[in-house]
Amino acid sequence: MTRADGRPVVVEPKAFAMSAHGPFSCVDCHTDLATLSEFPHPDRLAAVNCAMCHDAPGAAFMQSVHAAIPAAAGGPAQCVTCHGPPHQIKPSADPESPTSKLRVAGTCAQCHGDTVVRGAPRGPAVAAQFADSIHGMALTRTTVAPTCSDCHSSHDIRRTTDPESRVHALKVPDTCGTCHGSQQRLYGESVHAELLRSNTPAAPHCVSCHTAHSIRPTADDQWQLSAVEQCGTCHREALATYRDSFHGQVTALGFTPVAKCADCHQAHRVFRAEDARSSVSPANRLTTCQTCHPSANLSFVRYQPHANKNDRERLPALHYAARSMDALLFGVFAFFGVHSLLWFARERIGPADDARPPHE
Amino acid sequence: MSDRRYVRRFGPFERLQHVGLFVAFLGLAATGLPLLFSDAVWARPLAQLVGGFGVTSVLHRIFATLLIAIFAIHVAWIGLRLFRGERGLLWGATSLVPQPRDLVDLYHHVRWFLRRGEKPAFDRYAYWEKFDYWAVFWGMLIIGSSGLMLWFPEFFARFLPGWVFNVALLVHGEEALLAVGFIVTIHFFNSHMRPGKFPMDMVMFTGVVPERDYARERPLEYARLKVTGALESRLAGPPDATFVRRARLGGAVAIAVGLMLFLLILVGFLQ
Repeated sequence: MTRADGRPVVVEPKAFAMSAHGPFSCVDCHTDLATLSEFPHPDRLAAVNCAMCHDAPGAAFMQSVHAAIPAAAGGPAQCVTCHGPPHQIKPSADPESPTSKLRVAGTCAQCHGDTVVRGAPRGPAVAAQFADSIHGMALTRTTVAPTCSDCHSSHDIRRTTDPESRVHALKVPDTCGTCHGSQQRLYGESVHAELLRSNTPAAPHCVSCHTAHSIRPTADDQWQLSAVEQCGTCHREALATYRDSFHGQVTALGFTPVAKCADCHQAHRVFRAEDARSSVSPANRLTTCQTCHPSANLSFVRYQPHANKNDRERLPALHYAARSMDALLFGVFAFFGVHSLLWFARERIGPADDARPPHE
Repeated sequence: MSDRRYVRRFGPFERLQHVGLFVAFLGLAATGLPLLFSDAVWARPLAQLVGGFGVTSVLHRIFATLLIAIFAIHVAWIGLRLFRGERGLLWGATSLVPQPRDLVDLYHHVRWFLRRGEKPAFDRYAYWEKFDYWAVFWGMLIIGSSGLMLWFPEFFARFLPGWVFNVALLVHGEEALLAVGFIVTIHFFNSHMRPGKFPMDMVMFTGVVPERDYARERPLEYARLKVTGALESRLAGPPDATFVRRARLGGAVAIAVGLMLFLLILVGFLQ
């Protein structure tokens, strides 16, 4: 026997007995059944309030973005949206459960698998990004790797703009630090973390460089190159002068075995160059250069890795070399350009008295 | 004066040096320009085409070694000729050294361009050829020394301050632009592609030039050869047809590669 919408009328007793709620009787959840005296009961029973028992997750859910989905976008999510059919519900520890570690990403992908769901934009297709990320790949081998709920939490999911969210900019280092504690400590000292703590909206944190869902292994060439561009979104002048250097030219061509931002400035412990803790401070510069140039000396590190040829104050030699080369190129091409044009005109238009004989 | 009579202008060793020079030069340009224009659309594909970063950087150094070797051999060769007492190398009508007469030639040549006078009578080496010749010396000094500094920075830092490498990289690239631009536009035009020579002057490949052309193009040199009686020993038959065909092909490839690189430079500048 089925209902109009195809669902079975009868609760499958075996499946229910195997479920997490197997020990309970119907009226424990369907409290309105307990007050009825006439059976069969009406088709539509009152919605079950899971929070009667699960009060903490219920309360957390009510604070979440999922509880506030507008009707136009399908209305609020329900417990069963993620936890599956209520009469077969399984504990998250059960690998069969849609909320088990290995299945959470697939469960979230029901809605977050595409850019548009039920006509409403859902942002990027994060499910696919996550599947290809180092976290997603690792999840195919180990349950130590994080899934959606490890960063976003499970019931109390909030927007990134919500200061209470685990993925709000100010909270991101703590969230990532749950697993990446040493990186979090290194970053915590940095000038970037200082900026973040002072509530600067543009302050870079983990996600700024590593991305949120498409996180690549740090050995990945493409990611290393994209990180350089990322630094350049704030440090424009530094990126421009880097691109004028040999290091920057090589990376612009898509090759990585030369110095990139983090190779000199460190990835997490980034400080101002004048800060004694900085890897590019005058005291530490030599050691830093020696990572790649083992026999570099103090004279070597007077090289300016971010040289601006228009900066006469800082690099007069480079400035005047650039001006001299400009003058030389202009002079040579202007002189010989005119010379050649005149020559061409004379031989082309005039009597070809320098031309070779026609039979040659 | 028969059309079949040719005068030998360049010896086999000189011609070989020219071939070695342009092979190394074009190789250096093709492996170096992607770095200089690393943000141009063609830079990545070209760098990949010539083998990726590891290969390009090795090739660049191989071509550089070849070019330095050719240059050193050339200087040694000139030295040897001087040592043997050859006259007219350092000064005079047959020398490549610029002299006051070259300025006079330039003045009259330009007047001839403007139809204000007779075409000057050139000697063995015309002023534009002398410029080409010394441009290689100048270029070798600038590009060669800056290139070596960038190749062995740690060694050079023992006696040079680090900012020299900033200057070296800039000068290396700018001078390379000058060299490629000059060879591909001015040298190609002056020596090969101007209407009187189009598409290619084969003398640097075959070594010989028709006597009739030589008498008209280098009247002073030709007259001297005649007067001193040296002409007889310099006369030769027409070059081997197969050799000419191959040389034409090789020259055409070099010119095509050069023009293509120049086009890439233009795209890089306009982008």
